[in-house]
Amino acid sequence: MSSDNSKEAIQEHIRVYMMVFGALAVLTVITVLASFLKVSTSEAIFLALIIASVKASLVAGYFMHLISEKSMIISILLLTVFFFFIMIFLPLISYIDSAGVHMPWVSTK
Amino acid sequence: MEIPYSIEEREDTGLINSKLGIWIFLASEIMLFGGLFSAYIFLRLAAPPGDFEYWASKLSVPMATVNTMVLISSSVSMVMAWASLKLKDFSKFKMYMGITLLCSALFMVIKYFEYTSKFSHDIFPSSSTFMAIYFTLTGLHGLHILGGVVVMLYFYLPISHQLWHDQPEHFTNRVEALGLYWHFVDLVWIFLFPVLYLL
Repeated sequence: MSSDNSKEAIQEHIRVYMMVFGALAVLTVITVLASFLKVSTSEAIFLALIIASVKASLVAGYFMHLISEKSMIISILLLTVFFFFIMIFLPLISYIDSAGVHMPWVSTK
Repeated sequence: MEIPYSIEEREDTGLINSKLGIWIFLASEIMLFGGLFSAYIFLRLAAPPGDFEYWASKLSVPMATVNTMVLISSSVSMVMAWASLKLKDFSKFKMYMGITLLCSALFMVIKYFEYTSKFSHDIFPSSSTFMAIYFTLTGLHGLHILGGVVVMLYFYLPISHQLWHDQPEHFTNRVEALGLYWHFVDLVWIFLFPVLYLL
């Protein structure tokens, strides 16, 4: 977090925390309501993950103070995110290369 | 013996050691949960059509929604506990830490009812691939909640309060590290909720 630890600065932080709290509550309700929309599975996944990402950004940015954090921590996290996405996309690569695997419901076209 | 760089920042990292340490730990936690999310994607892609949707429909969305709100509230009370220490208001810190503990307990109680409701309907991790990954992900997340509760209790009970009187800044930095961990646990749930209950 920023080095400004004056009483006014902390009270300003508290005001922001309350606004983030409100935003997170509203976004949670929107997440549930969005699940009732008549959309395809891929659209539903896209929508849910977008909302979850916005909520996660609010928590990480404001509650975890990443918005004003030192470059050392940002560097560590960027490296972690890079490897995280490699790990997430490995199954997708495996899915595309499913030749020889007996999954009748998986289209190989 | 004095713990180095618990209050003043190191010149090379620009950080106190506890903050650097907790962030490196959280980086490893991202990879731990990332591996399980990756497993979820793999299992879902390979499952027969409609299988995951069928088993997910057996979960209670209202209970999970309440739990999401409870965990978000606990995150706010945690950050307020830290802010109270920054404002040198120890009694408010105790109040907010108490609220965080209550929210954590409520989360676990709701989770207990969710789990026992599944077991009473003969639904176990062995029932399906979805249930296996559901119990693994939520079980591991629950263990993280319990771990957080143990540390929160340490800061809530008088056993740790001498540090506040002797070195208030050191105490505040420890609570900040606990808060970072707690927000991460909340962050994991933010993704678990839609992935397991709504999709």
